[in-house]
Amino acid sequence: MKFAPPSVRGNACVSGARFLLASLLTALVTLCLALPGVAIAAEGEPIAVPKLERRVTDLTATLSAEEAARIEAKLKAFEATKGAQIAVLIVASTQPEPIFDYAVRVTDAWKLGRKDVDDGVLFLIAKSDRKLQILTGRGTQGVLTDAASKRIISEIVAPKFRANDFAGGVEDGVAKIIGLLQGEALPPPQPKRAAVARGVDYQSFIVLGMVAALLVGPLLRSLLGRFLGAGATAGVTGAAAWWLAGGLAFPIVAGLIIFFVVLFMGGMNFSRGGHGGFSTGGRSSGGGSSGGSDSFSGGGGGFDGGGASGDW
Amino acid sequence: MRKFALFLGFTAMLALSGCGYNDFQSKDEGVKKAWAEVLNQYQRRSDLIPNLVATVQGYAQQEKDVFLGVSNARAKVGQMNITPDIVNNPQALQNFQKAQGELSSALSRLLVVSENYPQLKSDGNFRELQSQLEGTENRITVARKRFTDAVEGYNILTRSFPTNLTAMLFSYSVKPQFTVENEKAISTAPKVDFGAKPAPETTPAPR
Repeated sequence: MKFAPPSVRGNACVSGARFLLASLLTALVTLCLALPGVAIAAEGEPIAVPKLERRVTDLTATLSAEEAARIEAKLKAFEATKGAQIAVLIVASTQPEPIFDYAVRVTDAWKLGRKDVDDGVLFLIAKSDRKLQILTGRGTQGVLTDAASKRIISEIVAPKFRANDFAGGVEDGVAKIIGLLQGEALPPPQPKRAAVARGVDYQSFIVLGMVAALLVGPLLRSLLGRFLGAGATAGVTGAAAWWLAGGLAFPIVAGLIIFFVVLFMGGMNFSRGGHGGFSTGGRSSGGGSSGGSDSFSGGGGGFDGGGASGDW
Repeated sequence: MRKFALFLGFTAMLALSGCGYNDFQSKDEGVKKAWAEVLNQYQRRSDLIPNLVATVQGYAQQEKDVFLGVSNARAKVGQMNITPDIVNNPQALQNFQKAQGELSSALSRLLVVSENYPQLKSDGNFRELQSQLEGTENRITVARKRFTDAVEGYNILTRSFPTNLTAMLFSYSVKPQFTVENEKAISTAPKVDFGAKPAPETTPAPR
């Protein structure tokens, strides 16, 4: 079918029906694209989980700066040699939640430990509640069993806390956790890769291609003419592919394919006007954030609720 | 005409992935995975019981009723025919929950009784088992919550527009949830012995 400019429509009835069909389909597709999923609103949470910025988070100013730095350095050195992530959190209170529930929320948010190795440990202290909780990632539970966590709490940390030696208690508890984890066979830590490959799933390319071929292509074609329109669509597609995936070969190939598709595609004539701006909102690729030397972030480890709680 | 068919095909593919067909698949897998974890943790608890009972028996032979209660409840759990299909069957899920709830209350009775034996309480082995049990109950809580969340996500997808059309087309139905009220009734019963002790509903407070 030959491209007909909007002013020279031959059969108004067929053209109108076709336009109606095209708009309906476009509306449907746009609707489905615009509703990728329903986000579940989080219900009101009693106490906010603090942002994870360092390994020792003391919201009660119990530890002095040097003490916190000392523990921090120890944990950092341990992660460098063994890969496991241990974090200490001191809060005033977790009320009205039980300490365990709060700890689970913290680990859900912080994701300590490496992904799929699950070698994170959270040591949580609720100071005015006088409660302690150790949560262990599944990868650490071989040596840091629930019973071991319980013993660390009741035999090492609690006695010191009772004597008001908070820094000593935390330090000894952390030392014991580290000591136990030394015996766990964990995969060696990977040096941080500088360039994380920006992976984009296959599906989004297909969607990109569809959008380009079915929506952008006809639109640009009716605006710019067949050849120029196809070229422009190819350019847009190539740019989007480059932005999403990087590299050179893939965007060029994608652009060429789209060029020919749009060039030889049957005329789905979009009449001009009506459409204001149209933008293909490309998905932002979730690139891995590279941690600086000082900042600290969880590696994506999961927790299953194992560990122990106690008081002093 | 062929081109139009091609266009329709493209649109159908796009609409399917846009209208949540793939979401259904991945959420369904998510529910299955969360359910496997629930089963796994209940199994872990079941596996702890023989050792725990044996240890308590060493100090408290006369508490026959309690041991009988625990072993009956455990046997009942063991007899259940657990198929992966249970997540789609409200009745089966309820039975599962009931049996596990009975085992929970039998176990908490066992722990209450063990409070009366100071020698038992200071036994290292018992304390170890007790903390394992406590950790496992916590794991069950977490696994159940994740299962509930996974089912919630799936059900929301099933019911909300426009993905409900996809669900209708492929006859995906809402999955049954763990019912909290029932669980609460089961697990608060033994706590009458304690006096008032507030605890989260699924943990039988083995402290």
